[in-house]
Amino acid sequence: MDILRIATAGSVDDGKSTLIGRLLYETNSITQDKIEALESASKRKGLDFLDLSLLTDGLIAEREQGITIDVAHIYFSTPHRKYIIADTPGHFEYTRNMVTGASNTSVSIILIDARNGVIEQTKRHFYISSMLRIKNIIVAVNKMDLVAYNQEKFEAIKAELLGIAEQVSFKGQTLQFIPISSLYGENLVRKSAETPWYEGATLLETLEKFSTQNSELSTIQARFPVQHVVRPKTEEYHDYRGYAGKIASGTFLVGDLVEALPSGQISKIKTIEKFGTQLEAGNAKESVVITLEDNIDVSRGNMLVKVGEQPESRKELKAKICWLDSQMLTVGKTYLLQHGINRVKAKITNISSVIDIKNMSLSNEAPADGGLKLNEIGWISVKTASPVFADKYEDNPANGSFILIDENSNSTVGVGFVE
Amino acid sequence: MLYIGTKFVVRNRTGDPVVIPFMSTISEKTTVYQANDSSFPRELEDEAIYILREVASQFEKPAILFSGGKDSITVVRLAQKAFYPGKIPFALLHVDTGHNFPETIEYRDWLVNKLGLELHVRYVADSIKQGKVKEETGKYASRNALQTVTLLDAIEEFKFDACIGGARRDEEKARAKERIFSVRDDFGQWNAKKQRPELFDMLNGKIELGENVRVFPISNWTELDVWNYIKEEELRIPSIYFTHERNVFERDGMIWADSEFINKSEDEVPYKAHVRFRTVGDMTCTAAVASTADNLDDVIGEILSAQISERGARIDDKRSEAAMEKRKQAGYF
Ligand SMILES: Nc1nc2c(ncn2[C@@H]2O[C@H](COP(=O)(O)OP(=O)(O)OP(=O)(O)O)[C@@H](O)[C@H]2O)c(=O)[nH]1
Ligand SMILES: [Mg+2]
Repeated sequence: MDILRIATAGSVDDGKSTLIGRLLYETNSITQDKIEALESASKRKGLDFLDLSLLTDGLIAEREQGITIDVAHIYFSTPHRKYIIADTPGHFEYTRNMVTGASNTSVSIILIDARNGVIEQTKRHFYISSMLRIKNIIVAVNKMDLVAYNQEKFEAIKAELLGIAEQVSFKGQTLQFIPISSLYGENLVRKSAETPWYEGATLLETLEKFSTQNSELSTIQARFPVQHVVRPKTEEYHDYRGYAGKIASGTFLVGDLVEALPSGQISKIKTIEKFGTQLEAGNAKESVVITLEDNIDVSRGNMLVKVGEQPESRKELKAKICWLDSQMLTVGKTYLLQHGINRVKAKITNISSVIDIKNMSLSNEAPADGGLKLNEIGWISVKTASPVFADKYEDNPANGSFILIDENSNSTVGVGFVE
Repeated sequence: MLYIGTKFVVRNRTGDPVVIPFMSTISEKTTVYQANDSSFPRELEDEAIYILREVASQFEKPAILFSGGKDSITVVRLAQKAFYPGKIPFALLHVDTGHNFPETIEYRDWLVNKLGLELHVRYVADSIKQGKVKEETGKYASRNALQTVTLLDAIEEFKFDACIGGARRDEEKARAKERIFSVRDDFGQWNAKKQRPELFDMLNGKIELGENVRVFPISNWTELDVWNYIKEEELRIPSIYFTHERNVFERDGMIWADSEFINKSEDEVPYKAHVRFRTVGDMTCTAAVASTADNLDDVIGEILSAQISERGARIDDKRSEAAMEKRKQAGYF
């Protein structure tokens, strides 16, 4: 059984949480006791209908304010596959939580309130989804009930967003538009009688057709970051030395010639194992243990790659970055850069430009106050204390991103995409 | 349900008894990893193993919070796989409320012995004796909330910097908001409004001395995933998950197991019934379900058609709308 991971996106109150609640409701994925709990919570709020957004808005503060603050993960399945949905907040202030939720997904459902059309936050979330290289975008034009299911409204929003897509989309990204009403469940699971002019698929039909991303990751260059060295030191496994890790990308085969980075030593894959079972091949996203023919020097944070497919060794990176902390990113400051599982000290040497989401333009100057503020996206240069073996994010999303950790607060303060 | 020596016997569909070799070695059970038609998404196992390996490397002294329930059994199995053929590099910590089902304690001791694990047990009764917490009174008295204090003391005593738990996001609405690495302050408190961003699979477990991280490797598993995994891995589980005859009584529309730990009122008359447990917490906060399921296929069938969620049988969650969130703020897992 495979898994499709989805995130919602779009501005505050556009109806993301309601959409997810309704989708689960219509697929019979909410049990009776949970429905009863939603009923009494709705009543307590003075509502005379079932507020399905309460299914994911589970925190006290969220229920008080009627908004989503942090990502909720919610699950349902069809006979076809399992779905993991990240319901993310629309509020600008919580963009970092939206990025958290969206980072692990291959589908983004961007909601738009049909009455308001495309607004700045729609653009921001579209931009972030594309920056993360989320393969499939569904634009759900919501609250169609409030515009009398008017086709012109829908077409106008679609045209405007297609215009933005020209600047934001990347090759291979799919874009689909669906007119919906989350509140009434129109075109979610059931085809709506209110939109006879719409000939496309419902939301669920659209989701069921997407392929999961794993197969694609397995076809690109192979990367194996070593997480842990298994050395049992028992009599039975006296000389055993296995390298445990999750294959980031590509496929490794027994017999492959591999190079260990950074040492540059070369050996051959002897076995690829999972709990002692020997496999012929290991694919992207599989957690395995690899043993080599020779005793070469490999430790945590090192990477195994196939000979002839080495990523560049870099001590200077150019990257697009999304800033996630209330303390500004400033030139000259040092952070810990975590690339995959590997941490190195890094210094910000330059901030070259910041994106102006509203006008979809780049200001090609360093920011006036010298830094990148919470939720801003810009381009930076970093110098690292030791080499990093990263790919360009667009070539290899599994080996092309990093996070920055502030050594004072220990918090994750930024996410970068190698250019 | 029968015990024969240390083996566990259940009946399968055809009525033949099957011996379930829990924590089987490879010779007893070879898992078919490439199969995509299995009901369990193997991707979840890969993800969990990755998380556990990060814990082993990022922390000095991690422990598994072990309750004897199906989720913590699953976590132990994953840890066994993650470090094979090496040993599990985590100790087990059990916070004993004194109100456990005897079957889970029996199971716990069997497991620890079988896998050669290090087990630490700390007792809520001791925290009560020391005057750190007060025993609840009345009809709904339970030690479930009290165990947080015992847990935090144990974390301090052993200097555990990471505690691995089997909590899942699908269980409860506050748990749905948890990160994989959930950073807690010096007092074990969860601050839902200040969670660290968690991007892709990059886990940041950097903390200051005294702080603590709760780790949830099976965050993305559902109840059904856990049962399908138990079935495919042929894991032995405590017998109370299968049907058995037991003294029960009814309260608030739920079936409660009769025990010396529960204050019954006069009109709550115990009777014998065939029940099983869907979730295993304390005897004072876990309701039973009427069931004839004596094998995993039937258990899975019951869950598939259930109209009530797993936590619907947890009396501790019913205390108020935000019961779980409030407990987590206080340091619960
Ligand atoms: N009429 C109508 N109202 C809707 C529809 N969808 C959502 N709403 C209402 O819009 C309001 C906001 O819905 P939410 O689902 O909380 O919005 P959200 O996008 O999750 O908001 P944040 O998570 O805070 O960004 C609620 O009052 C909903 O009942 C719809 O299709 N039609
Ligand atoms: Mg919401």
